[in-house]
Amino acid sequence: MKGMTLIVKQISQLMVPSIFLLGIYVILHGHLTPGGGFAGGILIAGCFVLLVLAYGSDEVKSEVRKWRASFSESLGIFMFWFLAVLGLVQGSYFFYNIIAKINPGHPGQLFSAGIIPLCNMAIGIEVAGALFAIFITLAVLKAGEKL
Amino acid sequence: MNVLPLFVAIPLGAAFLTPILSKAGNRISAVLGLCANGFIMGLSIWIIQYSKDTIVYFAGGWQPIAGIPIGIAMVMDGLTVVMLLIINVVGFFAMLYSLNYMTRYTETGKYYTLFLLMMGGLNGVVLSGDLFNLFVFLEITAIASYSLVAFGVEAEELEASFKYQVLGGTASAMILLGIAVFYQLTGTLNLADASRVIEGIGLNPAVIFVGILFLVGFSLKAALMPFHAWLPDAHPSAPAPISAMLSGVVIKVLGVYTLIRMFFNIFGIGRMSFVLIVFLILGTLSMVAGAFLALSQKDFKRLLAYSSISQIGYVIFAFGLGTPLGFLGGLFHLINHASFKSLLFLNSGAVVYRTDNRDMEKMGGFSQRMPVTGTTSLMGSLSIGGIPPLGGFWSKLVIVIAAVESHHFILAGIAVLTSIITLAYYLKVQKMTFFGKLSDLYKGVKEVPVLMCVSMVTLAILSLGLGVLLLPQLRNIILDPAVNVIAGGLDYAKMVLGG
Repeated sequence: MKGMTLIVKQISQLMVPSIFLLGIYVILHGHLTPGGGFAGGILIAGCFVLLVLAYGSDEVKSEVRKWRASFSESLGIFMFWFLAVLGLVQGSYFFYNIIAKINPGHPGQLFSAGIIPLCNMAIGIEVAGALFAIFITLAVLKAGEKL
Repeated sequence: MNVLPLFVAIPLGAAFLTPILSKAGNRISAVLGLCANGFIMGLSIWIIQYSKDTIVYFAGGWQPIAGIPIGIAMVMDGLTVVMLLIINVVGFFAMLYSLNYMTRYTETGKYYTLFLLMMGGLNGVVLSGDLFNLFVFLEITAIASYSLVAFGVEAEELEASFKYQVLGGTASAMILLGIAVFYQLTGTLNLADASRVIEGIGLNPAVIFVGILFLVGFSLKAALMPFHAWLPDAHPSAPAPISAMLSGVVIKVLGVYTLIRMFFNIFGIGRMSFVLIVFLILGTLSMVAGAFLALSQKDFKRLLAYSSISQIGYVIFAFGLGTPLGFLGGLFHLINHASFKSLLFLNSGAVVYRTDNRDMEKMGGFSQRMPVTGTTSLMGSLSIGGIPPLGGFWSKLVIVIAAVESHHFILAGIAVLTSIITLAYYLKVQKMTFFGKLSDLYKGVKEVPVLMCVSMVTLAILSLGLGVLLLPQLRNIILDPAVNVIAGGLDYAKMVLGG
């Protein structure tokens, strides 16, 4: 896939940082405002997709990039699993909110709700990685190429 | 009981870890998968001692308030223990078999990931005490198995997987619609709580509508006769250990277990007695038609797939009788079928591994070259054919006695005749594949590697000796608690929520 014109490249260059930041904001405030790990992850994956569309897919085809998408997907879901098991080990219940037990924080503040923001981050990484990997597989790779 | 979530957490954790480690080589994924499966198999055997209790576990520590559950519940009772045993024992040996068998394929790291996801999903379905979680785990299992069926990525496998996806997706859509109406109706997703609420509502048309949606959806997953079209394509196309899992475990957990749990424990079979008649009709139809279709097959694995339809027919037929003896027969046949059908699929895999051929007309005389495969498949065939005193004989005997006891004389006769047809087509398999003259093409065929032999021998011993489950000492701790759960019907709610 070839890149697009200079206008598209410039505009997406300007847009991508703010979209990325919005994605991080949505993930971090998942326990306070609408959205959360999934919606934020989609936004972050959207940045990468925008860059690929604007600048072409040659860069993303390198072995390292493909591996990173797949790796961050696995890492995100593994982090989520780890938080669940941590509850089992520390608090004797699967998915037990161990941080909220120690320091519940105040409802409505950013640092509250225990492991839920951490879970949102894990989901964000997972969704961003997975969606980008799906995008590469479906849109960029030709038949026979492997992720 | 902190071990209950481990049945789900360990396979899922291993599944998420394998892609991270896959850079270091596929061998690590295989070892990790084997360790995870071995551990949960040990756990499922250890947990038998609690088979008489009903253990409820609330994820996240969200205890019920005033008897109304607010968190996600995991429930383990007698029926769950039996299902966990089937899943994890067959799963472990299928995994052990994969270590050698999967050397035929590339990208085996992904295979182990999907296999472990499927294991986690299966354990989740039987442990879940919450309808929506049951659906989520059901989908995890189903989606993992769609990909595993297509794992060879040949045209035939992709087509089978696509067919499986379309029909599996239809089933899931019906189940999800059912769950939505069910939630609207009862205001709860906890199975035990919902059972109580439905008792208050009574049998209004919406409840019957949900019942029919579940009946069709889960019957599609169980591949009962009018809904069976995907199975004879999907099961033979998968790699052999996956065929063994699909036929031996997946259709039982996603189809039979869910049907039993929903209709006997949640809706209450007394209120929905039409379901028993449907079970009898569908069961008999699958039993007979599956057997006749199997009789004319030339493809080894396809024959086994049709035979699965027929044997699942037996199980559903036995539950349709609606008597405790029928439940015992059905459950016992379920256990037996898990052992010998997975064994036979592994045997067919062994033949494919050495000859790359599934057409029985081109085979013959393999017993001389592959003594372990030949002997174990003979044991499996005789057991499924109902030769006394092997395992399959006892379960079919119990089913026939139960049918006679509840005055279904004609159906009992049909069950016996179907058993004879079953024996006939398995003897055909033996004659065409393992006995007879070895063709020149296959003079160089050798026995399969040792891990594959170990899996087949263990499952063969199980399928020979499972008749011992009828001995009072063993029956007391394995079969009877499960039968009591099914026969207890709506007591399920009382057992789970107390009071």
